[in-house]
Amino acid sequence: MTRSLTRLPALTVAFMLLSGVAQAQTIRIGVNEPLTGPFAASGTYVVNGAKIAADEINARGGVLGKKLELVIEDNKSNPTEAAAVAEKLITSDKTPVLMGAWGSSLTLAVMPKLADYETAMLVETSSSGKITTSGNPFVFRISPPSALEAEAFSPMVEKLGLKKVDFLAINNDWGRGAAADFGKMLKGKGVTVGLVETMDQGAQDMSAQLSKLKGSDADTLMITAAVDQLTLLFKQMAALGLKKRIITTGGSQNPDQIIAQAGTAAEGTMHLTTFLPWYPEKTPNPAATAYFITEWKKRGFEFAGVTESFRGYDGIRAIAAAIEKGGAADAASIRKGFWSVDFTGLNGPIRFAKAGPSGSESGQSKPDVYLVKIEAGKIVVPTL
Amino acid sequence: MPEFLQHLLNTLILGGTYALLGIGLTLIFGIMNVVNFTHGALYTVGAYVMYLAVTALGLSFFAALPTAILGGLLLGAILDLVLLRPLRGADMDTTMLVMIGAGIVLQSGTLWLFGGVAKSIPTPFPDAPLQLGPVSVSWLRLFVLGAALVLIGLTYGLINRTRLGLAMRATFQDHDTASLMGVNVRLIYTATFALGSSLAAAAGALLGPVYVVFPQMGGMAELKAFAIVILGGLGNITGAAIGGFILALAEELGAGYISSGYRDAMGFLIIIAVLVFKPTGLFAKAERIG
Repeated sequence: MTRSLTRLPALTVAFMLLSGVAQAQTIRIGVNEPLTGPFAASGTYVVNGAKIAADEINARGGVLGKKLELVIEDNKSNPTEAAAVAEKLITSDKTPVLMGAWGSSLTLAVMPKLADYETAMLVETSSSGKITTSGNPFVFRISPPSALEAEAFSPMVEKLGLKKVDFLAINNDWGRGAAADFGKMLKGKGVTVGLVETMDQGAQDMSAQLSKLKGSDADTLMITAAVDQLTLLFKQMAALGLKKRIITTGGSQNPDQIIAQAGTAAEGTMHLTTFLPWYPEKTPNPAATAYFITEWKKRGFEFAGVTESFRGYDGIRAIAAAIEKGGAADAASIRKGFWSVDFTGLNGPIRFAKAGPSGSESGQSKPDVYLVKIEAGKIVVPTL
Repeated sequence: MPEFLQHLLNTLILGGTYALLGIGLTLIFGIMNVVNFTHGALYTVGAYVMYLAVTALGLSFFAALPTAILGGLLLGAILDLVLLRPLRGADMDTTMLVMIGAGIVLQSGTLWLFGGVAKSIPTPFPDAPLQLGPVSVSWLRLFVLGAALVLIGLTYGLINRTRLGLAMRATFQDHDTASLMGVNVRLIYTATFALGSSLAAAAGALLGPVYVVFPQMGGMAELKAFAIVILGGLGNITGAAIGGFILALAEELGAGYISSGYRDAMGFLIIIAVLVFKPTGLFAKAERIG
């Protein structure tokens, strides 16, 4: 009896030492994404893209001689969960760097935790301007803030002939921020801004908002929402006979999925995206784009997801570059390393410029923004 | 004016499915005195069975609907036999907790089986809507309204014109006396729970193709069902039916004219208002004693 009792603690200690040793052999990256809830489709795409990057880097020997290990957690599309998940990743899983949290409201909820624990996070999708202008020096973003999206779109305003625009946005930091930033840009060009309607992120029936928008005299409706809600919106617009020029923003549209699920209801709609997987030759690094798409298809994933998964891919690559430049796998070195990152991602150069109040700047990269259109069930880049 | 007409039309269509949800819950609440927190999960299961029937089993849309309703019926019967029957006579809180647990298990089960990403159910209806003057309505939604009305009618017929319905109403009024009169009360309870669950599943199967199907879809549906039941009075089927339409109207007009972001909140505002001003519901008849 006594012999087995002393053997158990010894075995436990041995296991703990082993796992500790195993941990020291990998660099853990916390991945905080929505895998359930209204943003589940997008979060899943990003995570799958991240896995491709981690596998590619590990196949080439890892970073600083160690393999990358992704610790993936689900933030349930909920800001409170996102903050809790970030805390768990940093304190319990001891990840020195994070990627996440997809949605702007989710990322904003995580930011105080980053400051508390002095751990950097690579922001791969969120577009609220507040993220890089709040004086949080622990965020580094590769996705465009909606002000940048609006700026990239502004030369197309005259070419498309917009006169009066209504907005329909998801009711959170992302949607409201986009409506504000695009509204400001449009007013600066003499375009009238009409109604600004919102919808809850989990809402499935937008017929009330759409009935109101149908009666408006605007020629264009700009929509900011995630792919599931966009599919519902297009179907409900078709059912109501709402015929206006539709432009969506945010880069989370996954147009192929919309075509597959909304069918003819999506015809003629235009989308501002941050990647052109349908025309690899038009992307900044055609060879890398082709490799990523091939890898994605090889794993049996839906092609529709490429428009978002590339962010997970570029995000992990940016983190790996930061670890490399920082020279060590601890939080402070990685954060310093981010400022020296300089390579060409799938949608443009990844270089972090200082943004926000001086003394506590965040890092913001300047990716490309593209306008695509759904014509005859296919995605085309309209010649304007 | 056309906008208002469009809102009214939307109300009619949404109200039908809300009525189904409400009637199902009020039956269980009224007859069995069970706070049924699996109602939302049955709604979700109905939608997923519809999805499976159409995509995996290859059934036609119109054959998949009765399949989903049957699925709800069976699952409801099983839930009652396994969980509620052993607890007959226990206090309301115990059964409520058990139902909450069962609801969580069912929701997690759908999440585990189907994953978190939302699914779309293909329908055989044309994409172009039916144009009725200034208002338009999609064929799918017209079908949903029609099916909901048929199911409400059938439920009415069952409750008011059959012996089973007579037994249910007797049990609702006084289950001891009903039992003395020869009613098999145990069977009635199981049948009631199964019927209520099948109506929830029907609502899910009808609304699933209109929207998208995902594991948490039952949460909001369940809360709205409770709002409808409170509005119509516990156990009051007519009240639940009308309550469903009132909730849909409040949502449409509230979202259309007051604030579109607060659409779902309208239901909860109604609950608050009803509980403050008329706690027994708008249509409550004689109260249940004991």
